Amino acid sequence: MTRILRLTLNGRARADAVADNLLLIDYLRDAARLTSVKQGCDGGECGACLVLVDGSPRPACITLAAQCEGAKVETLEGLSGPGGALSPLQRAFHERLGAQCGFCTPGMVVSATALLRKTKRPDEGAIRAALEGNLCRCTGYVKIIDAVQTAAAEMAADQTAEAAG
Amino acid sequence: MNAPARTATRAAGTRTPLVDGIEKVTGRARFTADLAGDAAVARILRSPVAHGVIRRIDTTAAEALPGVLAVVTGADCAHPFGVLPIAMNEYPMARDRVRYRGEPVAAVAAVDAATAARALKAIELQIDPLPAYFTATEARAPDAVLLHDDKPGNVEREVHHVFGDPDAGLAEADLVRTATFTCAEINHAQMEPHAAVAEWVPGREELIFHSVTQVPFYTHKHLARCLEMDPAKIRLVKPFVGGGFGSRTETLNFEIIAGLLARRTGGRVALVLSREETLISHRGRPETEVTLALGMRADGRLTACKAEVVMRGGAYAGYGIVTILYAGALLHGLYDLPNIRYDGYRVYANLPPCGAMRGHGTVDVRHAFETLVDRMAHELDLDPFTVRRANLLEAPLFTPNGLMVNSYGLPDCLDRVEAASGWKERRGKLGPGRGLGMACSHYVSGAAKPVHWTGEPHAVVALRLDFDGAVTALTGAPEIGQGSSTMVAISVADTLGIDVGRVRVVCGDSATVPKDNGAYSSRITFMVGNAAIGAARNLRTELAQAAAAKLEADPADIDCAGEVFSVRGSAQSQLTWAEVVAAALAVDGPITVKGSFTTPEKAQGGGHRGGAVGSTMGFSYAAQVVEATVDVDLGRITVDRVWVALDCGFAINPLAVEGQIEGSVWMGMGQALMEETRYAEGLPLHASLLEYRVPTIADSPPIEVHIVESVDPLGPFGAKEAGEGALSGFPPALAAAVADAIGLDMDALPLSPDRVLEALVAKRRAAQRAKRREDA
Repeated sequence: MTRILRLTLNGRARADAVADNLLLIDYLRDAARLTSVKQGCDGGECGACLVLVDGSPRPACITLAAQCEGAKVETLEGLSGPGGALSPLQRAFHERLGAQCGFCTPGMVVSATALLRKTKRPDEGAIRAALEGNLCRCTGYVKIIDAVQTAAAEMAADQTAEAAG
Repeated sequence: MNAPARTATRAAGTRTPLVDGIEKVTGRARFTADLAGDAAVARILRSPVAHGVIRRIDTTAAEALPGVLAVVTGADCAHPFGVLPIAMNEYPMARDRVRYRGEPVAAVAAVDAATAARALKAIELQIDPLPAYFTATEARAPDAVLLHDDKPGNVEREVHHVFGDPDAGLAEADLVRTATFTCAEINHAQMEPHAAVAEWVPGREELIFHSVTQVPFYTHKHLARCLEMDPAKIRLVKPFVGGGFGSRTETLNFEIIAGLLARRTGGRVALVLSREETLISHRGRPETEVTLALGMRADGRLTACKAEVVMRGGAYAGYGIVTILYAGALLHGLYDLPNIRYDGYRVYANLPPCGAMRGHGTVDVRHAFETLVDRMAHELDLDPFTVRRANLLEAPLFTPNGLMVNSYGLPDCLDRVEAASGWKERRGKLGPGRGLGMACSHYVSGAAKPVHWTGEPHAVVALRLDFDGAVTALTGAPEIGQGSSTMVAISVADTLGIDVGRVRVVCGDSATVPKDNGAYSSRITFMVGNAAIGAARNLRTELAQAAAAKLEADPADIDCAGEVFSVRGSAQSQLTWAEVVAAALAVDGPITVKGSFTTPEKAQGGGHRGGAVGSTMGFSYAAQVVEATVDVDLGRITVDRVWVALDCGFAINPLAVEGQIEGSVWMGMGQALMEETRYAEGLPLHASLLEYRVPTIADSPPIEVHIVESVDPLGPFGAKEAGEGALSGFPPALAAAVADAIGLDMDALPLSPDRVLEALVAKRRAAQRAKRREDA
């Protein structure tokens, strides 16, 4: 069966005819052409396809598109700031070499974004707990932790500056 | 070549984010599967049996299905392929015989995935099973059926190398110990599954081919060979690639299959493998048994080594000959050890083919060697650092097997990690269940003789300069996440005295870039880096001439730093980059120059058979200390912390060097702790990322990196490799930490909880037996 799926994707309202059994990852990659959502495994194992559904990280490869009716869905493409400016996490992953090959990076940045929206200054243990579902084969995770900490510190400093200003 | 001093204006030696990094953090990076678009969907039919004779393949029903665009089988390609010209024995799809479960036998292209799946089911396949062998021992049995008729005993290659007098060396020793180590087969498990997008251009009869490859040049050659095409009619493009680690350092069957299907359909075909299929494509590190005898004097001096290595290589040759040669060759070059005997056997078995994996051929042997050294040090009551220091080389030298060592930073590496880890103060005082262990390792900076010997330079980089003032670097060096394009940009920028941001690196499209052998054997920094410097020097010469003409000076007196040209010793005469570019282009239009690198003859190894393998321009050296905690009730090992020092000659990009060292140490940790492929009658039991466990962020320790710079005389800015050398030190350092923590010697990898518990039980039983004997 086919249905009309209405959702908000990276801040824009969309309506698409989708099959009931269409996976969210296929909807995002094929219909919306958001190819940052990566298929790294055969289902729910690696975290490369994580997207935010109403703010919570979800593996798009084991989520039905139909489950996102009325939801706000965010992918890496939607996490940049106004005018395409890199978000603090994106900039930190770039500058601190949190990304080597870059294949796990979309899922990593999505997970870390969810973490930093909830927890302003996570300690190392909280970062490890939040990113445990994201596999990376290049970095040994050392610089990923560094990138998240760097972004968190920068965001906290910005907020302090705003509050002071 | 001397290393540049680190200054604010020098690009080389400055921490530089990757030049293609923005694409990766914004989602703009396009990997192969992202290019599929509306291409036809391809799928592979794989053998359900591990060994057998193909009696019948009938594709009639599949071809008749609506929506099926093409079906191909082994009959469509009669050309074997393989990375070594002397060992090409694999067909893209099996012909006559299948040799492992999962081997491709046919493939389809269809309008969508569901139709492709139906078509696979409609192919009738009849295979008569043959006896199948899943261990090296079974395959080598005298009555075993041969996998390949020309390889008696199912031995692909045996190697027997003797240097010095190993027997006399052992006789001189105060302590001789022998042990056998068994190391599990492991897989690269790079995050991006294999994929190819192939487009046939009807009318021009051309093939445009995108793939995940680390070796576009080899794949280009093998596509031409297997498709019987003029290579000029193929355009090979390497998009962003999600890691390699050796998994795609040879042409793989799915790539040829995608090419065959594209031609048959006359259009675009996307062949994206599942994770399971990617694991079955394999080419990982083989299951290896190492029997090692070492002789040591009471002062820790090593006198001799005898090593017998048996590798279960899987069903086809792949890189196997190189792997079994590397295992012996790199017994040399780390320590001063003149007497070495090596006997290696690479064995065929009915399993997916093994291949090159990070630390190619050396990791399991180094694990055995360092672990036995550690045990003997313990027995002789010597500190493990003391034993290493008793066996250091003095560069420059040639090893007994003819390997050139021009720079040797191992002594500094030892000092750095000994101090950083607090080894002297902390070892033996960490409390119950906690221990410290250390080990050393090394690796080549590029094979001095490539597998396809053409006589051409080992690397060529071209530079273009046009009216826009951008310097475009054209290189075939495949950027796969290791930072090779950034290394090229830095090398060019530093040599010209310009900003890294002014250099645009184009890599991996055969339509525009010079041929490059590929991303393997840690060759790119050394070879392509030198070629990039050479090209930039040639460009600098042209610019200096133009600047000299304008400034009325001698070109030899022209300097460029910070994009400003000046006459040495004169503060007044200055020109901007734009002014000099305009002047240079006015001479003869846009400028194209190139630089190349060829390995010196003396670096190309000994004259003995197989002597080219292991030969290199420079070895990286590493030492590391691992701190671990062992839970003796659960058998669970926690790695608390790692201190690693690596001599990379000179860190052209310290940020990337750190990343490479961290990643390689961590990959060694995965192999040491948990990674293992497993098969039941040839059926992979590890065919997902849940079953093939790699460490998560929660399993992973802080890794403290120390960069040691020995400044290699031939390296670009003095640099050597940084991405492989530290890997093989981790497993033995961990084994030593476990021995230090709970007094348990382990002979098998990985040190998984089941193995630790088994070893603890065995040790307890042995102690009880000994006590009973004593009591009786």
